[in-house]
Amino acid sequence: MIISIASGKGGTGKTTVATNLASAIDEEVQLLDCDVEEPNAHLFLNPDIRDRETFFVPVPEIDKAKCTYCKKCAEICRFNAIAVFNQTIMTFPELCHSCGGCMAVCPENAVFETGREVGVVERGETGSIDFTHGRLRVGEAMSPPLIHKVRSFIRKDILNIIDAPPGTSCPVISAMKGVDFVLLVTEPTPFGLHDLKLAVEAVKKLGLPRGLVINRSDIGDQQVESYARAENLSILMEIPFDRRIAEVYSRGELIVNEMPEWKGKFLELYQNITEMAG
Amino acid sequence: MQELVVISGKGGTGKTSLTAAFIALSKKTIICDADVDAADLHLLMAPAIQHRYDFTGGGLAEINREKCTGCGLCRTLCRFGAIDENYGVDPIDCEGCGVCVDLCPEQAIDFPVQTCGEWFISDTRFGPMVHAKLGIAEENSGKLVSLIRRKTKELAGEKGLDLIMTDGPPGIGCPVIAAIGGASVLLIVTEPSVSGRHDMARVADLATHFNVPAAVCINKFDLNLDQSTAIETMAAERQMPVVGRIPFDPVFTASMVRGQTVFEYDGNSEAASAVRHMWKILKTLPAMKYEVGG
Repeated sequence: MIISIASGKGGTGKTTVATNLASAIDEEVQLLDCDVEEPNAHLFLNPDIRDRETFFVPVPEIDKAKCTYCKKCAEICRFNAIAVFNQTIMTFPELCHSCGGCMAVCPENAVFETGREVGVVERGETGSIDFTHGRLRVGEAMSPPLIHKVRSFIRKDILNIIDAPPGTSCPVISAMKGVDFVLLVTEPTPFGLHDLKLAVEAVKKLGLPRGLVINRSDIGDQQVESYARAENLSILMEIPFDRRIAEVYSRGELIVNEMPEWKGKFLELYQNITEMAG
Repeated sequence: MQELVVISGKGGTGKTSLTAAFIALSKKTIICDADVDAADLHLLMAPAIQHRYDFTGGGLAEINREKCTGCGLCRTLCRFGAIDENYGVDPIDCEGCGVCVDLCPEQAIDFPVQTCGEWFISDTRFGPMVHAKLGIAEENSGKLVSLIRRKTKELAGEKGLDLIMTDGPPGIGCPVIAAIGGASVLLIVTEPSVSGRHDMARVADLATHFNVPAAVCINKFDLNLDQSTAIETMAAERQMPVVGRIPFDPVFTASMVRGQTVFEYDGNSEAASAVRHMWKILKTLPAMKYEVGG
């Protein structure tokens, strides 16, 4: 089973839920941190990293001895990653989406591919948790290829928990598409509600079963609850604002370890998800 | 004309609440919400939309079944696995590269341009605002961010406004890169937690990478003083001034529930005075030295 933990708004507690859920479950589980722009799960799990792999996407390079400057490569490229003026050809690897069109269209076989470094994938373990995350290279714009790479380590035989990035555009979709259940985390404030609505629309578009965790459930107002009721979105857990929880979090520690009464609550959350995911 | 862009790396550190508070303090300002993916600033600014425009991104492949002979070339060429065995195109997987469109021997593939969001020019009680809404599950957020920043700048020029106040997106990827290029100063809002510190380091590296000056604000600094100290050290190492230390104060949430800035809700609160103090310091930064009202 694959559970994605997503939110719309950032900072609502996705990583808190993902890391505590993974730690509460006694069976073997894999946590995949797909928030590759700002991965944080490792700060709470402190895994022993065993493998580290630099990840590249293919980008074109031109064999100038073969190039006749016919411009076909520049014409097929929708991303302006190749420009040809007279007897000059330039590539802009940071704009390339790695579609391979230039290589497919070149009549002279003058286009070959090299790599653009997108980031690294690190894998390790801690207790019964198998851990995988990606770290986007600072300066790299495109995170979806790295998210797909992280997801390629999903293990069919065990539970996989994906910590998704915030938002509702391509990176989040990459982290949610094809999973068995999306657990949305929000806070009961106007910002939390507004972004939750966007996230719910995205999950609906993907046609996935879903449930809700309300974090800092006693701040703000009642609007998230009313919305969830109207949407038939089950509230699977509420975490009140508690200065102790905030402090445990701020130190990079797990609630289930420091406040053991929470372990049962996360196990119950897991059980509910299992039933809903079918 | 100066532009202050508020970013954070980590989401939920208080970017939007602080941007709104600065807007309430400044004069001759234009507002730009560059978080087009999950835009929230409008919830505090209550913009009255004056002009609405479509945002068009790239094309999306659409296979004409009558012309298609099922040769399979498009499926071989597509690196995104977007074309299934029945020659249906998954709009979510399609990258919009058009390779199948150009190379189909039967010219059986159309490439209609997609409307993937909209953007607005609005009036608010604090001045004009340019903002946008990216469609759900859409791409091209970076392009939309670049577009609305360009429009904001044009409008500021026309109206003779001195300051652009931009609320940025979280993360360090495509929309953030589009939000920071050419800014006068970035304000990195962080929080005193291991996550906040980790994410601030990455977004600070991004600012350095693109050579944009940055200052730091520690929001809820009193939630963990050890982490706040560590953030101060990290900022000093990077020669980024810490311009604000805002105490944890429920007044931010309370004002958000009312749809107000913190100054409208309770200008005498501890948080409000800390923001006022930060604004004074921000205005004296070399990159911001000019006459900002207020």
